[in-house]
Amino acid sequence: MKPFAYVKAATPDEAVRACAGHPGARYLAGGTNLVDLMKLGVETPEFLVDVSGLQLDVVEELPDGSLTVGATVRNSELAAHPAVIDRYPVLSQALLSGASGQLRNAATTAGNLLQRTRCPYFQDPGKPCNKRLPGSGCPAIDGAHRELAVLGYSAHCVATNPSDMAVALAALDAAVQLHGPEGDRTVPVTEFHRLPGDSPERDTVIRPGELITAVRLPPASPAALSHYRKARERASYAFALVSTATVLEVRNGVVHHAALAFGGLAPRPWRAHAAEEVLLGAPATRETFTAAVDAELAAARPLRDNGFKVTLARNLAVDELTALAARER
Amino acid sequence: MSPTPHALGEPVVRHEARLKVTGAARYAAEHTPPGCAYAWPVPAGVARGRVVSVDTADALDIPGVLTVLTPHNAPRLAPADDPVLAVLQDDRVPHRGWYVALVVADTLEAAREGAAAVHLDYDIEAHEVVLDAGHTALYVPEEVNGGFPAVRERGDFRSGFAEAPVRLDASYRVGPLHNHPMEPHACTAEWREGRLRVHYSSQGATLAGQTAAALFGLEPEQVTVVSEHVGGGFGSKGTPRPELVLAVMAARETGRPVKLALPRRQLPAVVGHRAPTLHRVRLGADADASLTAVGHEIATHTSTLKEFVEQAAVPARIMYASPHSSTVHRVAPLDVPSPSWMRAPGEAPGMYALESAMDEVAQLLGVDPIELRLRNEPAEEPDSGRPFSSRHLADCLREGAERFGWERRDPRPGTTREGALLLGTGVAAATYPVYLSPSHAEAHASPEGGYRVRINATDIGTGARTVLAQIAAAALETRVENVEVEIGRSDLPSASLAGGSSGTGSWGWAVHKACEALRARFAELGGRIPAEGVTVTADTEQETRRGSAYSRHAFGAHFAEVQVDTVTGEVRVRRLLGVYAAGRILNSRTARSQFTGGMTMGLGMALTEHSGMDPLFGDFTESDLASYHVPVHADVPAIEVHWIEEEDPHLNPMGSKGIGEIGIVGTAAAVANAVCHATGARIRDLPLTPDKVLARLG
Repeated sequence: MKPFAYVKAATPDEAVRACAGHPGARYLAGGTNLVDLMKLGVETPEFLVDVSGLQLDVVEELPDGSLTVGATVRNSELAAHPAVIDRYPVLSQALLSGASGQLRNAATTAGNLLQRTRCPYFQDPGKPCNKRLPGSGCPAIDGAHRELAVLGYSAHCVATNPSDMAVALAALDAAVQLHGPEGDRTVPVTEFHRLPGDSPERDTVIRPGELITAVRLPPASPAALSHYRKARERASYAFALVSTATVLEVRNGVVHHAALAFGGLAPRPWRAHAAEEVLLGAPATRETFTAAVDAELAAARPLRDNGFKVTLARNLAVDELTALAARER
Repeated sequence: MSPTPHALGEPVVRHEARLKVTGAARYAAEHTPPGCAYAWPVPAGVARGRVVSVDTADALDIPGVLTVLTPHNAPRLAPADDPVLAVLQDDRVPHRGWYVALVVADTLEAAREGAAAVHLDYDIEAHEVVLDAGHTALYVPEEVNGGFPAVRERGDFRSGFAEAPVRLDASYRVGPLHNHPMEPHACTAEWREGRLRVHYSSQGATLAGQTAAALFGLEPEQVTVVSEHVGGGFGSKGTPRPELVLAVMAARETGRPVKLALPRRQLPAVVGHRAPTLHRVRLGADADASLTAVGHEIATHTSTLKEFVEQAAVPARIMYASPHSSTVHRVAPLDVPSPSWMRAPGEAPGMYALESAMDEVAQLLGVDPIELRLRNEPAEEPDSGRPFSSRHLADCLREGAERFGWERRDPRPGTTREGALLLGTGVAAATYPVYLSPSHAEAHASPEGGYRVRINATDIGTGARTVLAQIAAAALETRVENVEVEIGRSDLPSASLAGGSSGTGSWGWAVHKACEALRARFAELGGRIPAEGVTVTADTEQETRRGSAYSRHAFGAHFAEVQVDTVTGEVRVRRLLGVYAAGRILNSRTARSQFTGGMTMGLGMALTEHSGMDPLFGDFTESDLASYHVPVHADVPAIEVHWIEEEDPHLNPMGSKGIGEIGIVGTAAAVANAVCHATGARIRDLPLTPDKVLARLG
């Protein structure tokens, strides 16, 4: 282990100020990913700013029906929050499908958004990885990539984002609230994670020193149904091969609102805009759903060993849309 | 607790259960002698080559780092019987992950930081790590693991198979697998006045002590190895491993006690694995479902360090009657980590292939798979012609069929649907040989009426302490509470490994014999016990070396019900049933745990567990418990275990067969056969992950 300095901040401002002078600083909350990566030597921060005491651990229901989730609300708490279970079931389901009970008790909302890929090469400092060591190469393209991306990747990185929660947030049009040295800003979850392009080392659009303070969920349409489904190699405690977060509202047999996001397919939670375009205003039939999902997955470029993900994503999404439409009748 | 004097078979609770669940039981890495230093190994970062130079300056600069041992400065050991123990003895890198340095420091943190600061230069050579059935390096070894001949031919297989009216010729694959016990391999070593004391997570402290003495040039009595509690091994702790050598070496070099717990991510390369096996099974049958030809050929890999050949074609020699048979093993030495024992080496992968093939032949013949097995029950062991000491496979199959509700099964595949789920059931047979090894035991009676039994048995989580107390109590006709058992230390009377499902039979025999001797001594003394008590010893050297005129095996039958999600390709097991004939069951509670644990491991082999060999780097891709998928609770359905009463006078005084491994044997085949029944798709490559299943669902 490399020695590091540690400070516990009392307010968001204090945390941001503490971080400001240290390019090698990292915020520490639940530590379920960062500490693992430090043990592996993947992350070697010189300075940790503990943000677990910022009192950002509150879920607030606003008068307009929206929900503000504090950055350090634990995953298990958020999953069990009555407003989440009631209005955003897809989010509760996504959270509960992730990690294990012990990890969910420690992991925070912001930390979940910032967790890093589980690509085996990223996690092994003895091997090249452009995300970990820019310019060193991406062995996954020719190597072990069965669980890696089919969409949105680049010649420099084929890693996937591992979060379940973020997939649900993407489908719910949630936004990330950031507090930084240059003030506050809000970024939609769908734009929060970057595609790798030629700089895969940057997972998100977060700027140096910026701190996630909350995630904002817009009001849920009372008539919309939502569901999360995750396909994986064992029944619990496994990352998604493919997952789907689906929100659907059908009126008079026609799709009135649809939001579809995929996990396990891409470097970020993959909001299926092309599919939604086909869905909107179309009859809520299996034919429509199939055409919509196919429109989205036409862009997929599977690698040697992960072509099954395209089939799996197609099956899952069509099945989920069909099931939600049936429930609406 | 048992109120009766005879405790054999009763569900006596584990003696150390409370210690374990309260955290009071201490494992090898939980002993911290005063002044203890910590070691962290440095694995080779290339798959083949030589270490040209090791720059230790940066590591030595780290505060707290005491020394860095390398191939250039490490002390020379006496030649090792097992080449995997010759660590830091030369500059050769036989595979990626082979240890090339060891950092010793005041703290674990400093040792770990030091290990990351050791800079190595290699002379890199091209590596070859991928096994295929036509690999040019494949050869037929003389013998395979367990000492079995690599090749056995009976009758004229070639003609027998060619002339069979019904023929199956199928290839199966079981990829590499890892034992991954919960407790990692760990060792705390301490030198004191020329004597070595080691707390070691091992399946056999006697062998570990002998090995350490030999390597470091010591008399055996200078070494004490303590393996008091062991958090699982599944074969990977059956033989001493590099951590023993490194910890002892580091303790001697630094003059401090040294603790070394191997990090999880390093385990796959240095503690053995189940080698991949590529199977070709050819079965020929008459129209009346009698097998006429049984052929099983294996290709597997070993390392360039040692020849270890997974004996996966051996079970085909004893399972079914047929006039013609051919069983052949081939092995290719590759630049891979050395494979070794993993729960039921040979039987586990071999019976997956053979029992899948039996299911396929049943389909070809249009007979029930249980009926096919019943029709081919041999009168004696097909390979040797020796009589079976007992064989109740047919009873297990019949009893299992009744309990499972097999007669209600529609044999047509792909016919039972529940929404998007396809349901299916499958059956497979299980077998495991009876191994017995010589052991020594001491029995002591005190004038107060208590007894003490001492033997260097090892409890790797099985309940050895408890069952040995039961065996002693039965022999002494006393209550089990009156017997104290001391095990897990190499200064106790020497005993065999906890391996090959042989522990309870081997140790129990010695304990039984010592207790009988104690009773004989009582008789001589006229029942008067002197103040110092009475102590006797016994061993089973003669009895176990005599061997047997019988073919001795446990048998069983596994039944599985699965659901296959046609949307995702996910397979989940709904029910597992195991019925066994394994001699006398000595503790119904711990035995049930053993069977259930074995079946769970078989479920993992069938559906979730795989270690992928990365051709680019020559290591296993899944190197932690997040990526190496052992089944979690949610994967494990109601598992039902039964056994039939089996009297077998040709085993040992208790009449027991080993039960630690048979639970994993055939379970994977039962699950795979059920998947085929559910879907109509025969996938001959484990594990049955969604990618493979989805590809076959169309």
